[in-house]
Amino acid sequence: MNGPTLFGLCGAALVGLGLYGLICQPGALRKILAFNLIGSGVFLLFGVIAKRGGGALSAAGLGVDGDPVPQALIITGLVVAFAATSIAVALLLRLAEISGRSTLERAGSGSHSPTHERAPAPERAA
Amino acid sequence: MTSALVVDAALALLVLGLALWVISTRAAYSAVVGFVAYGLLMAIVWVRLAAVDVAMTEAALGTGLTGLLLLGAAARLAPYEAAEVSSRPGRGLRMLIGLLCAAIALGLAAVVLMLPDPAPTLALLVAENLPPTGVGNPVTGVLLAHRAIDTLLESVVLIPALIGVWSVAADPAWGGRPGSLPRPQSGSALTLLAQVLPPFGILIGIHLVWNGADDPGGKFQGATVLAAMWILVLIAGLREPPAVRDQRLRVLLVIGALVFIGIGVAGIWLADAFLAYPEGYAKPLILAIEAVLTLSIALTLGLLLAGPPANDHRSGGRS
Repeated sequence: MNGPTLFGLCGAALVGLGLYGLICQPGALRKILAFNLIGSGVFLLFGVIAKRGGGALSAAGLGVDGDPVPQALIITGLVVAFAATSIAVALLLRLAEISGRSTLERAGSGSHSPTHERAPAPERAA
Repeated sequence: MTSALVVDAALALLVLGLALWVISTRAAYSAVVGFVAYGLLMAIVWVRLAAVDVAMTEAALGTGLTGLLLLGAAARLAPYEAAEVSSRPGRGLRMLIGLLCAAIALGLAAVVLMLPDPAPTLALLVAENLPPTGVGNPVTGVLLAHRAIDTLLESVVLIPALIGVWSVAADPAWGGRPGSLPRPQSGSALTLLAQVLPPFGILIGIHLVWNGADDPGGKFQGATVLAAMWILVLIAGLREPPAVRDQRLRVLLVIGALVFIGIGVAGIWLADAFLAYPEGYAKPLILAIEAVLTLSIALTLGLLLAGPPANDHRSGGRS
């Protein structure tokens, strides 16, 4: 057992935890958070692979420690994850503004029903 | 070696504990606070995995900007939260879901334990082909020379994301000023910070971009810092966010991707391939692309945080 393997197992557990939160938490914001945890776990798995690839490199006598290709892809992934999160949050806030709920259930099943454009605008909390 | 392993184990346990907190705590707001702490710990994990560039991106973007976005959303959604509890799945169903998720985690863990040894790697190839690009940081080299197409697609994908955010605006607010940023009472401390910090922040951002060629850093990290400074000024109320119908703003948003595509297309004639750089000009071209991309990405990230346009008159209670 070494450091990268440990973090790899940690990444696997993060994916499981995030998936559980994504399914079990009814609030859409909590689902977004859980989805980010899944993503983070996947990035971590990929990062562990990058680190292992770098191990082969330092064995060959080159100073670099870590495979830069997965690392570059992880950076790309982090930026795209932020963009996707911001869209999800914008959709969610608009949903709450229009329909007065913050879950993804069908309109009839909740205690609220969707009303026209700007009906229940609750006061801002902060 | 063993003491390092103890530190790693403690770090992994802290990360898992915070992840557990994020998915199990009652209030969404405290879950987001946990997520921010989690992100900062993840940045340390990235350093332990010898991925300093990723650590910077995680700290600045995955934690800082995402945290601000989610904190604002949690505060605005707090009034609806009480109704969520009733729709949680029952205990038996939760157990079943937990078991299945644990099975998936165990499967991934088995994959981690069975990774091939020696590990497949592209690092040797990158190390061999880095000198012709003139760039010293292998991650920047991969992002802008060897896998430039990924970076191009990514900088392009930010634009549809922004269009998506703008599209959820209400009809009367179409094309107006973004209005999702939290507006705290104008306290003197925030105003002071927003006046004192930006010069340093802008300097740090430019430093990160410039240094990214040879040391850890780069346009995403730098652009995130620049966006954070802009957001700070907007939240303190020193400036209004620009109206999204502004033509100059839109040109600035797409100019990064356009310059990248332009240089890429020119490469077809000058260097025989799309996105290839003519010999000897790789580094200046990479620096030019980084400079304009930084500007566009910083603006896009800031506007993604600022949210969809809201009604121009702010006195109506909707900010």
